[in-house]
Amino acid sequence: MHRRFLAAALVALLSLPALAQERSITIASTTSTEQSGLFGHLLPIFTRETGIAVRVVALGTGQALDVGRRGDADLVFVHDRPAEERFVAEGAGGPRLHVMFNDFVLIGPAADPAGIAGQRDTAEALRRIAAARAPFVSRGDRSGTHAAELRLWQQAGVDPVAGRGAWYREVGQGMGPALNTAAAQGAYILADRGTWLAFRNRQDLRIVVEGDARLFNQYGVMLVNPQRHLHVKVAEAQRFIDWIVAPAGQAAIAGYQINGEQLFFPNATVPEPVS
Amino acid sequence: MNDLSAAFAAAAGLLAGGDPAVLGIIGLSLRVSLSAVVIAALVGLPLGALLAVARFPGRGALIVTLNALMGLPPVVCGLLVYLLLSRSGPLGSLGLLFTPGAMIAAQAVLIAPILAALTRQVLESYWEEYAEQLRSFGAGPWRAIPTLLWDGRFALLTVLLAGFGRASAEVGAVMIVGGNIEGFTRVMTTAIALETSKGDLPLALALGMVLMAIVLGVNAAAQTLRGAATRWAG
Repeated sequence: MHRRFLAAALVALLSLPALAQERSITIASTTSTEQSGLFGHLLPIFTRETGIAVRVVALGTGQALDVGRRGDADLVFVHDRPAEERFVAEGAGGPRLHVMFNDFVLIGPAADPAGIAGQRDTAEALRRIAAARAPFVSRGDRSGTHAAELRLWQQAGVDPVAGRGAWYREVGQGMGPALNTAAAQGAYILADRGTWLAFRNRQDLRIVVEGDARLFNQYGVMLVNPQRHLHVKVAEAQRFIDWIVAPAGQAAIAGYQINGEQLFFPNATVPEPVS
Repeated sequence: MNDLSAAFAAAAGLLAGGDPAVLGIIGLSLRVSLSAVVIAALVGLPLGALLAVARFPGRGALIVTLNALMGLPPVVCGLLVYLLLSRSGPLGSLGLLFTPGAMIAAQAVLIAPILAALTRQVLESYWEEYAEQLRSFGAGPWRAIPTLLWDGRFALLTVLLAGFGRASAEVGAVMIVGGNIEGFTRVMTTAIALETSKGDLPLALALGMVLMAIVLGVNAAAQTLRGAATRWAG
């Protein structure tokens, strides 16, 4: 009797804050959307309009999708289209909707040992980095940016893994820590523009390659499958999805700027091929 | 050098400014770590006291295990609690993952072995001193446990502070099970990790200084309490 009371009191103590919040959803998303400050701009607007509080767990895209698979979030908002399509095909959630895009940029040290500054062809730039054996920091964490980087190496016809332990350095960390490492080592690195713009510890890093169509970075949103995970807050989460792809949410995305520069470009109206 | 002085200035600003977001993070850090100490103490102190007075088969192995668990890496502890509390895990129906409750649970698991091992160490010496006396009152080991815990309360305060220090300093476990959600599960250590990854190193260091100031404050409060209680008792 006594023991049962204690156990009940413990559970109550642990779950107190969870009960105090009335209407809320949990989004598994990427570090780029959080660390660029986009969510800080977007979510208060959504909460003001709907009364639904939003909790964001910011992870790499691969990890965020896994959180969705386990049912630990109500929706996922990430940027690795092939991985997202696998997520939908597995029945882990969906349908997948376009939300917005921005682009990746290739960052490098001022000294530019591979001589690629101003280059518009990413594949050629990567080939020169490999040829010069210039230090390159890779996320190495199954994030959307990591997946995009690996696709770019493939398009360049270079296997960077051969340079592992020498010039190709996989740090297995988020965008910010990877940028910190690149800044300290004077290395090249692929980054999403949003995180780069908000990043403070640049030292002598700068953008060396941008504007290549291959650097396109699409973000998508998916509801976690409520049939598989019965606790998913379907109504509230669907409300968020409906809002973010509607004119109100799209305008809020377009309105987010750092130093007068727009970070993300809404494109929810671009129809998704039926899958 | 410049960064360091910027960090000191920022820390002073954070402490003086009373920014509600920072105060919220400080408050949650204290709530989570102090709750974890209370829960871990409910398990760890009696267990440590039992190990100090009782002799039973497997006692040696249990002591060695507890001593080893003092070195449990926070990230491993976090992962374990994550898998237990995940919706796909055995305790998923509680819905605790990514809430402060999960962070309290993870820190409690992390420090309970520390409290138990250190309590045993402290009370064993008391027991050697008092065993004869307590036995002469006809008190067996079971009856002796509350007496020992009470007599050792001032020494045990240091044990609790060691547990609190470990809990408030760790980042690996709370990052995994709390998710570092702004305004909900963000504590001092995860905020420091976040600012570091944003490249705002002076702000990160400033938050670290604030954390140290808080831990210092808790220790000073405990010391004052102990001093007052000793005078009152004496």
